[in-house]
Amino acid sequence: MNEPSDLYTQALAWLGKEATRPVEARDPVNVPMIRRWCEAMGEENPIYVDAAAAAAQGFAGPVSPPAMLEVWTMARFRHTGRSAEDSIPALVLFDEAGYSGVVATNIEQEYDRYLVEGDRVSYTAVIDEISPEKRTGLGIGHFVTIRYEFTDQNGEPVGRMLFRVLKFKPNLAQPAAAAPEAPAEFSHPRPAVTHDNAHYWEGIARRELLIQQCSSCGHMRHPPGPGCPKCQSLEWRAVKASGRGKLHSFVVVHQPRIPSLQYPLPVLLVELEEGVRLIANGLDLPEADITIGMPLQLDWVEIEPGYVLPAFRAAEV
Amino acid sequence: MRFEDIAEGTELPELVFPVTASAIAVGAIATNDYETVHHDKAAAEATGVPNIFMNILTTNGLVQRFVGAWAGPEARVRKIRIKLGAPNFAGDTMRINGTVSRVDPATGEVDVAVFGRNGIGEHVGATVTLHFPERSAA
Repeated sequence: MNEPSDLYTQALAWLGKEATRPVEARDPVNVPMIRRWCEAMGEENPIYVDAAAAAAQGFAGPVSPPAMLEVWTMARFRHTGRSAEDSIPALVLFDEAGYSGVVATNIEQEYDRYLVEGDRVSYTAVIDEISPEKRTGLGIGHFVTIRYEFTDQNGEPVGRMLFRVLKFKPNLAQPAAAAPEAPAEFSHPRPAVTHDNAHYWEGIARRELLIQQCSSCGHMRHPPGPGCPKCQSLEWRAVKASGRGKLHSFVVVHQPRIPSLQYPLPVLLVELEEGVRLIANGLDLPEADITIGMPLQLDWVEIEPGYVLPAFRAAEV
Repeated sequence: MRFEDIAEGTELPELVFPVTASAIAVGAIATNDYETVHHDKAAAEATGVPNIFMNILTTNGLVQRFVGAWAGPEARVRKIRIKLGAPNFAGDTMRINGTVSRVDPATGEVDVAVFGRNGIGEHVGATVTLHFPERSAA
């Protein structure tokens, strides 16, 4: 009944697919790179740089610090920035949809054996998980989890890694007020966009009416808020409303008159079939035709170029 | 550190790590991470943050160093799981603490729960699984 956003649907097509081409380390495990890493971290365990200390622990040579696993396969520096072949198409999809921010949030590494000087590491990477849209301290975004399998020069597994990044919209763009040169002496009121409701207004701009559903107990809620009123969970997902509902209550406003609105103005309390109620203006609804319980259908009104609001009209029967 | 001497609840010695701009840039380059937000302040500011900040692979390395310095060269690192929160911006200080959360005599494995806190909150929560080989051979 409820559909996730188009972007999320597109992103989900990447699940289980290769995140990047397979990558082989450009250099074998070597002491100069290990030494530089140890100096950066303040790591003083001698088995990473000293053959005798490594031999005392049963190793054939100096070993790579386990946490360097992914370091061996990182992409090279390019003066022109990251190349297309080094990029991850599933993340580029979010870039192109405006989720330009990226921050790594989780690493889970597991090591089968210590890599010894001379080993050469390769990996394959698969898109493992993509979260529904989440509200975070950085902005709204999606968590993307990539699963890496690392092997040595003989194709034997040496370790694996889950790497999770948040692709997010860094800034909350407030809807632009009418241009100063616009003739309207009193511009239409704009919503105040906050971290708690940004997903809702961004959905509106795409002509999608999004309702929050608690990820823990499944309760649907509106208006947007950070927590579930039933179970207090802070985890939620956005679901797209069908747009069908019925009239729960209404008023028809005659006074006071805000110059940019048209009167008489039907203001409807609509009960959506998803079970939540929201307030919206009525379209083509003469007062005499309005009855409690009447079926309603979502429509969109472009108030000004680029500024869209949901409204409801009588459903076709 | 000998496996026999480790008990659940044991606290590791605190590590105080000054998050200087140099430490961030050197850590990023040593982990082959050339993202501009880890060495170029103007580029970091353009993304809406106040300064350059530590990359996740440096945090991963510091967690390994912190636990490894306590465990000693006999311990083998089997798993490192980290979750990042408040970024480590240049000019901050991170205090890393750890507690032994699991000791399994059957397998010779030890889990250490690690927390790194900076001036704005919890930068990292981690679990490091160690293995003490001489114990499992016994």
